[in-house]
Amino acid sequence: MGIAGKLAVGAVLLCGVGAAAFWILTEPVRLDAAEIAAVESGNPVKGERIFWAGGCTSCHARPKAEGDAKLELVGGVELKTQFGTFVAPNISQDPTDGIGAWSAEDFANAVLKGVSPSGEHFYPAFPYASYARMKSSDVADLYAFMKTLPAVAGKAADHSLSFPFNIRRGLGLWKLLYVSPEPVVALNDSATEAQIAGRYLVEGPGHCGECHTPRDLIGGTRKSRWLAGATAAEGNGIVPNLTSGEGGITWSESEIADYLETGFTPDFDSAGGTMAEVQRNMAKLTKEDRAAIAAYLKAIPPHPNGYPPRQQPAN
Amino acid sequence: MKKLILAVSALALAATAAFADPIADRQALMKANGKAVGSIAPIMKGEKPFDAALVLEALKTLSDDAQKIDVAAMFPKGSETGEKTTVSPKIWEDTAGFQAAVDKFKADTAAAVAAPPTDMDSFKTTFGKVTSNCGTCHETFRIKKS
Repeated sequence: MGIAGKLAVGAVLLCGVGAAAFWILTEPVRLDAAEIAAVESGNPVKGERIFWAGGCTSCHARPKAEGDAKLELVGGVELKTQFGTFVAPNISQDPTDGIGAWSAEDFANAVLKGVSPSGEHFYPAFPYASYARMKSSDVADLYAFMKTLPAVAGKAADHSLSFPFNIRRGLGLWKLLYVSPEPVVALNDSATEAQIAGRYLVEGPGHCGECHTPRDLIGGTRKSRWLAGATAAEGNGIVPNLTSGEGGITWSESEIADYLETGFTPDFDSAGGTMAEVQRNMAKLTKEDRAAIAAYLKAIPPHPNGYPPRQQPAN
Repeated sequence: MKKLILAVSALALAATAAFADPIADRQALMKANGKAVGSIAPIMKGEKPFDAALVLEALKTLSDDAQKIDVAAMFPKGSETGEKTTVSPKIWEDTAGFQAAVDKFKADTAAAVAAPPTDMDSFKTTFGKVTSNCGTCHETFRIKKS
């Protein structure tokens, strides 16, 4: 065999090894048996709190739905990002168009692992990078609550993404980098119960970091600038810095809790943009939950703004 | 002749001054609204007792301010950039929707002034109805930029 032939064989072998490694590394990973055992029977009443904390309706209700129509999780909200357009799917109890046929195990694999019942990766527009930090018992309660919601027929449109983001299997690598059940902020031993409870709500179900933390080139949150604010995924706005670093919020704990309850800032400006919807969800939690979120936000490390200073557009 | 030119220029200057800065005008108006809401929010929180006169005064400010919002004059094309404006381009993409939101704010505040709250219960209802306009309008028609 000539040198060219040897090289060709080598290249094919290398490609083969690469492909095998890719295949192994990108394999969708499901929950193990012990984790599944923990999601067997949930409490729908407790699940409602998780439902609002998780903000499910903000993406999965019909665009602009209000009142009880918010509980019709037919999907359709579009998220236009640099990777393409994501469309929130139907997660109502419809057995064919929605998730009515899913078992508790299927549901837990979706929420905690980002894996569909057929074994495909979900895109992280579904914020499982945060939900991975949720307690199995909360996922079980959420499942039980969602079982009480209506079945609504109708399939949402498919995502429309550019290469290479349209290859789902590749998300396995992304998950290795960015999905972990570990908390982001290491609170010290003297942390209060409220701070720990708030960390769970913010970093887990509340998925605040998905918008309030800047992302890197492949869309992972930069944990070193956690909650430092970010350029908005859509439009040309920004998402505020929640830390006490330069440009961040200077509100007191009770002011943060009040804002989450009433939608008013200490200056009586109101929540706006996508936060208006989030705030209405937060208003459905308990006072203790909102106080816990505030306590955690006052305890996180300070960072300067995670978005560039505003450019004056040319007139 | 010189005097005429001067007079005309002065008039023109005065006319432009009235609408010179729609961004500053609308921001001043929103600030005044925030102050009015802030004056009665402590009643809502239970930190201050219900005060019918104070509540009516705040509602009047909100209603007067609402009536001043002239979409064409305060949100003219070209005022979507510059200074520290936080308007969303949706104001111009969906002018009818924006006008409807403004009209709802006008109607809700006018109704509140016409039948002002007389006790804590009616205050809670009115306050909720009037201030829900803040969030719903800001949700669609404002973008956070700093």
